[in-house]
Amino acid sequence: MDIQFTEEQELLRSSVQRLLRDQYDFEARRKIVASEEGFSRTQWEAFAELGLLAAPFSENAGGLGGGPLSTMIIMHEFGRHLVVEPFLETVVLAGSLIEHAGTPEQQQAFIPGIVDGNKIWALAWTEKVSRFDFADVTTTARREGNDYVLSGTKTMVIAAPWADYLIVSARTSGDDRDRAGVSLFVVDRRAAGLDLQSFKTIDGRRAAEISLREVRGQLLGREGKGVVLLEAGRDRAIAALCAEAVGAIGELNSATLDYSKTRKQFGTTIGSFQVLQHRMVDMFIAHQEALSLMQHLSLNLSAGDPGLSRLASGAKSKIGYAAKFVADQAVQLHGGMGMTDEFNVGHYFKRISSINIQFGDPAFHVLRYAQLDAAA
Amino acid sequence: MELALSPEDAAFRDEVRAFIRDHYPEEMRVPNPETDLTKEQSLLWHRILYEKGWIAPLWPKEYGGPGWSITQRFIFEQETSRAGTLPPLAFSVTMVGPVIYTFGNEAQKKKFLPRILSGEDWWCQGYSEPGSGSDLATVRTKAVREGDHYIVNGHKTWTTLAQHADWIFCLVRTDPNAKPQSGISFLLIDMKSPGVTVRPIITIDGSHEVNDVFLENVRVPVENLVGEENKGWTYAKFLLGNERTSMAGIGRSTRYIQKLKQIVKAEIPADDPVHLEFLRDIARIELDVLALEATELRVVAQMARGIDPGPAASLFKIRGTEIFQNITELIHRAIGNYGLAIREHPVSANRFMPGPEHAHTASEKYLNSRKLSIYGGSNEIQRNIIAKAVLGL
Repeated sequence: MDIQFTEEQELLRSSVQRLLRDQYDFEARRKIVASEEGFSRTQWEAFAELGLLAAPFSENAGGLGGGPLSTMIIMHEFGRHLVVEPFLETVVLAGSLIEHAGTPEQQQAFIPGIVDGNKIWALAWTEKVSRFDFADVTTTARREGNDYVLSGTKTMVIAAPWADYLIVSARTSGDDRDRAGVSLFVVDRRAAGLDLQSFKTIDGRRAAEISLREVRGQLLGREGKGVVLLEAGRDRAIAALCAEAVGAIGELNSATLDYSKTRKQFGTTIGSFQVLQHRMVDMFIAHQEALSLMQHLSLNLSAGDPGLSRLASGAKSKIGYAAKFVADQAVQLHGGMGMTDEFNVGHYFKRISSINIQFGDPAFHVLRYAQLDAAA
Repeated sequence: MELALSPEDAAFRDEVRAFIRDHYPEEMRVPNPETDLTKEQSLLWHRILYEKGWIAPLWPKEYGGPGWSITQRFIFEQETSRAGTLPPLAFSVTMVGPVIYTFGNEAQKKKFLPRILSGEDWWCQGYSEPGSGSDLATVRTKAVREGDHYIVNGHKTWTTLAQHADWIFCLVRTDPNAKPQSGISFLLIDMKSPGVTVRPIITIDGSHEVNDVFLENVRVPVENLVGEENKGWTYAKFLLGNERTSMAGIGRSTRYIQKLKQIVKAEIPADDPVHLEFLRDIARIELDVLALEATELRVVAQMARGIDPGPAASLFKIRGTEIFQNITELIHRAIGNYGLAIREHPVSANRFMPGPEHAHTASEKYLNSRKLSIYGGSNEIQRNIIAKAVLGL
């Protein structure tokens, strides 16, 4: 169903649009990505000032109470501008985990730092052989007094080099893939025994492999509930990533269409060729369908629909395939231009390729969607 | 997936649901309603809807429509489609009816509209010709004025259910010298007129749905011209716009996916690797339907707010038909060897068909639905429409 935005939602959308239009064009982004840190603290502060970092949190937690729809609006615009700052990691993932699973003390200790832009977070769940399985955890956590002590290796932790805090999944009981033996912990990124090796990602972000040797952390949520919490967190992250992908699809479509109307070959604009017209119609249809599904998912997330997790997997795969199709065609229709680092199309292609890996690729999620149906 | 309904609309939905449950004729619940019913049987539901005043959701109240809102029309469409009812003949109610009340004169409205509503007249569509398919504006069937009559000569083809028809609405060329689009008129022709011959075309599924219609010196009273002479192209385009609404076919696709799941469960052992392949294909097609349904609801919500949906109908036609073709293909694959067999037409319960009952119509549905991407403006034509109207190409 089409969302008729409320006045506040419209205001949020137009203010994000204005900020990004003024300060986050493709050249500005290029400089940010090429900078030493790889992201912009100035932009992050601007996001905080505009209230973006507070938007989805409930009012009780010190937020603006905008919920998943505000996340959708923000991420959709971020997708259009290829924003690299860790909104997903800090607000959507860590923020919501703290809000949903944290004690009142943890909420008071951590959420204000997120909302005012002072603290950046990252989520460390991936391990070397875990692929997309939250339960495949060998990092261990051992209770010591009020704290836990963590040891092991986490990898592909997006935004970790920028982060002040990490949420780390670690095994508190059971064997390698035992779902009920995984718990979540808050770890200070600068804690003793934590070693971090940074690297770049294909989409212009920074990530890290993290080794933990007897690192102290505090439990987030109940012991043994880590996988359940991560699954719910993944559903929220998927809604956000779908919105980001849809924003990117829309930009790729308009860039491709514009290009096809100006680029001339064989004495005419390439947009006059029917084979390309039909391709662009299919890209348009893919965008429309992805947009509809994005709204449907975020509305269901807001309503707390019981079938949400299956729907999230479905949307992740359907929108993932759609985004991949559009990105492939956008590069193809731009010819050599789509291959260059100078031109924006290739950067959208790379972001979409990343989105399709994060939290499970389309093939993983379509099977999950099928299996959850068979199980029902 | 459901629209968020007001209490009034929800009550309306319940009323429609109950009405279908209580009144849809058992006689029409046959394996393949599109091919297995006689003319009289297929009109049973039409007559029931007529008695109820629900036969023409699109029509304004003054001509016999129910006066529903956009949302109510959508609910009716959704409920009847989900329940698997056979839609009333589209050529009559959805196509020629609106042309007559929009462009026809008072006498035509009085003569034709009540008989369309009641089901007394069965209409067929005389658009395509052997040389005019997607390029409809090149129709060559000629109508030459002679006193109070037109003398019509030509050959119409792919005429759906012409074998049952009382009337045919035709695009005919009245000005051979004008540009293709501007020399066409919209003519209503009595199928009982001397010189009208119907010849069956049997399609690859073995069924008789479409026909050739030959018109040889057919005398048509001038009073049967709709609107102005040589303005027929305008009316034809108007009609094609109506033809494509509800093409998303969500209800039908959803029902067939349920059927597909049951067949896969019954026919393919869970430990066969092919089983997983089917589960994945089914999931992907379910998601195609879900995304299209969400798009349909988005468009309905926009229309209810007064926003012009543009050529959304073309999008629904393209995706709705692609999806249904895929589903029928998956069903045909799922029944394995039984996919070699096909029912004979006309069908009879006495003829032997191998395999489980759920497999009996799989072959013919698979074959018959190849038509979907071709008719009603081929999917390529729909892409042309979107390219022009939306993308500005």
